[in-house]
Amino acid sequence: MSTSTEVIEQLANTEYKYGFITDVEQDIVPKGLSEDVVRLISAKKEEPEWLLEWRLRAYRAWLKMTEPTWQNVTYEPIDYQGISYYAAPKEKKKLGSMDEVDPEIRATFAKLGIPLIEQQLLAGVAVDAVFDSVSVATTFREKLGKLGIIFCSFSEAVKEHPELVKQYLGSVVPHTDNFFAALNSAVFTDGSFVFVPKGVRCPMELSTYFRINAKDTGQFERTLIVCDEGATVSYLEGCTAPKRDENQLHAAVVELVTLENATIKYSTVQNWYPGDKQGKGGIYNFVTKRGLCKGRKSKITWTQVETGSSITWKYPSCILQGDDSVGEFYSVAVTNNYQQADTGTKMIHLGKNTRSTIVSKGISAGRGQNTYRGAVKIGKNAQHARNYSQCDSLLIGDRCGAHTFPYLEIKNTSASVEHEASTSKIGEDQIFYCEQRGISKEDAINMIVSGFCKEVFRELPMEFAVEAQKLLGISLEGSVG
Amino acid sequence: MTMSPVAERTDALVAEHARFTQGRGATSPAWLRDLRSRGVSRFAALGFPTVRQEEWRFTNVAAIADTPFRLADKTPTNAAQLMARVAVFPTAARIVILNGHFAPELSSLDKLPPGVVAGSLANAILHNRPEATHLGQMTCEQAPFVALNTAFLEDGAFVVIAANAVVADPIHLIVINGGAGKMMAHPRTLIVAGPNSRASIAQTFLGAAGECHFTNVVTEVSMGENAHLDLYSDQRETDTAYHLSSMHIQLQRHSTFRSRTVTLGGKLVRNDITAVLAGDGAHVALDGCYLVDGDRLVDNHTTIDHATPHCTSHELYKGILDGKSRAVFNGRIIVREDAQKTDAKQTNRALLLSDEAQVNSNPQLEIFADDVKCTHGAAIGQLDDEALFYLRARGLTERDARDMLIHAYAGEVLEGIAIEPLRVQLERELFTQLDRDLADHKK
Repeated sequence: MSTSTEVIEQLANTEYKYGFITDVEQDIVPKGLSEDVVRLISAKKEEPEWLLEWRLRAYRAWLKMTEPTWQNVTYEPIDYQGISYYAAPKEKKKLGSMDEVDPEIRATFAKLGIPLIEQQLLAGVAVDAVFDSVSVATTFREKLGKLGIIFCSFSEAVKEHPELVKQYLGSVVPHTDNFFAALNSAVFTDGSFVFVPKGVRCPMELSTYFRINAKDTGQFERTLIVCDEGATVSYLEGCTAPKRDENQLHAAVVELVTLENATIKYSTVQNWYPGDKQGKGGIYNFVTKRGLCKGRKSKITWTQVETGSSITWKYPSCILQGDDSVGEFYSVAVTNNYQQADTGTKMIHLGKNTRSTIVSKGISAGRGQNTYRGAVKIGKNAQHARNYSQCDSLLIGDRCGAHTFPYLEIKNTSASVEHEASTSKIGEDQIFYCEQRGISKEDAINMIVSGFCKEVFRELPMEFAVEAQKLLGISLEGSVG
Repeated sequence: MTMSPVAERTDALVAEHARFTQGRGATSPAWLRDLRSRGVSRFAALGFPTVRQEEWRFTNVAAIADTPFRLADKTPTNAAQLMARVAVFPTAARIVILNGHFAPELSSLDKLPPGVVAGSLANAILHNRPEATHLGQMTCEQAPFVALNTAFLEDGAFVVIAANAVVADPIHLIVINGGAGKMMAHPRTLIVAGPNSRASIAQTFLGAAGECHFTNVVTEVSMGENAHLDLYSDQRETDTAYHLSSMHIQLQRHSTFRSRTVTLGGKLVRNDITAVLAGDGAHVALDGCYLVDGDRLVDNHTTIDHATPHCTSHELYKGILDGKSRAVFNGRIIVREDAQKTDAKQTNRALLLSDEAQVNSNPQLEIFADDVKCTHGAAIGQLDDEALFYLRARGLTERDARDMLIHAYAGEVLEGIAIEPLRVQLERELFTQLDRDLADHKK
């Protein structure tokens, strides 16, 4: 497939479209991590004593932990003392409407193609925009408030709904869970909080746009979504980050809880800066995401499209505790140039008749390394548990890698677990067929890749699916040949 | 399990090794003594693996580390009786290894077909036969138990198939371990298949009654260009035996290696098979079947390394679990850069007959080339309800229907054994054991 060298070169030169820096005055804590820094973050956020205690416990636990090395990625050691753990835009006046938001920040979002106002009007999406670490705008709150839905930044939730935060914080991802989760628990600055009360179906898709902006600041987000009995919510998370040369660490924690008959659908489009063509720079995305299907017949769906970051390390998981609960995981992960991704899911079946589905599509191009790592555990009491896993890899180019490491652990005879994996490349005959019909090689490949990912994209909410498809095209630009 | 007793056990084995090198091992040629001392230092450095290590996550060998095994000497066992159990092909040439030593009185080297040279490894070393220099060339010394075997390397079997030889009759290696006292044996098998040769070898492991014993066997196979070899390994040791087996196969251009591993006995069994496809167009097929019950554990670890283009590999492992047994399958397939047009297929299935049994299935694909076809599939569950219903609707009793389905399930691997008397015997043993397990269920 050497005929299209020109096309490759032309596309390879396409720059990261979302790379720009917004100049907003920031309030930054000096670099380094110590108990004092944890106390300072807590004090700056005016947090209650119990939360500070929790952070300190996490910090002390973190000190005793060692950074994991089992994942199939390589990177320069992270200097945890070289990171500033807190950055907030200085202007902290309460905002009543979008117009009050710093125009420069608004312009940033506009460049990203998500004009908030337009989205408010047209898409009916409430957007909780997190600019670096502090929420600067929250929309549609009134409408949601009438239904009793709480959708606010994490720090607001701590102030206004401490009982809920206290009850659920760390209940799914304990502060001692793993190295990065412990770090996050100690220094998290903000994030989103959603609570949907009994029997309420959230009328719109909730969305946040995370952005990492200040130089050298790690982003430590914490998201907590709780769905009470019979409630339903669909939550979208999407990311783009400006271009930087230093690697930036992102260690987020997401916790989901569903009670009886509740459903959470959590969709992610991740498009952080993946580093340049030589593998320089880019975001380290080390995230812990886990959902707990606590009640009977509850359901959690994770859908993710991972196109960015130089290193992705995340395993959105489901603990299927309630009988008849359902866990789903749909993922598309793309690695191009020197990107590395080690991602997958864990489905832990504890309750009876629990079901889970895993569909993972990995696309590797350039010198990208893509790893699917997943675990399916069927506990002793999970009678008639069912799992179906499928992980497919698509290789574009002969210098990339696709790896699959599924772990199946079965302790119940009535369980039925199936795992299938395949690896393939885009067939020359497929491209030939398209080109013969006047479709350019580039379009043909986009088309084939879209088809490959279709099973995952159809799980995404409409607007997201469109964006995801675009991102996929951008991510793979310059890789085909 | 604390760290110190394990370290102490390493010391005890190192001391046992010192006694061995000063005693029986003292007269060995210098190169072999060097090889052994490298082995023992590697083992001392690596220590017994722990469940904190990825390769040994689900298999705890603390019980081996904690038992004071001593190196088996040439004590006679009830070998002749055991031999009767496996005398399935009277015409075949037999090589019998008793507690790690070649037993000429039980072997029948006179029946070796033309083109095959085989016998005692100790003899080959003594007479400085060229094949002895293959020893230690192909194994991965990073594995602690391979290093341990090398440390105690003394005897075993070697089989050399001459270039262009086509051997119709199988060659039967019988390895018997155990007897009175807590003994360990480290037999080594060396197989060299010359270019364009064609042969089949059966390797049977038996355990003599007695206290628990520890078998740590290493097999090295070198496949010349265009060579074709079928290797059938069946492991029927006692239920108190620790059986660790490491096999390394190196394949040259257009060679074909097929193995069928049937595991019926042993308290803790670990089979490591590593096949390196080092020449274009080579083919490897690794199939396995195991039946595990009680509180036994069977761990099959396979690695297929596609190092060159146009190679194919095929894997099918099937297991039946009952009681509180555990099974581990770890199937790694590596496709190196430039190993284009690779076709690799891996399937792993497990049938659970008891709620207390546990399976860990870990297929791993590591692919660095783009023009490849790689698939793996794993399925774990119970018998298909619809199939059972279908059979019962046709008047079969539940038990008959279930037996028929299990037979069909295990049959897929067993039918790959081309030596009919061996296949029939293994089928009979597997199903007798299965019937016993199923009868226990009824109680």
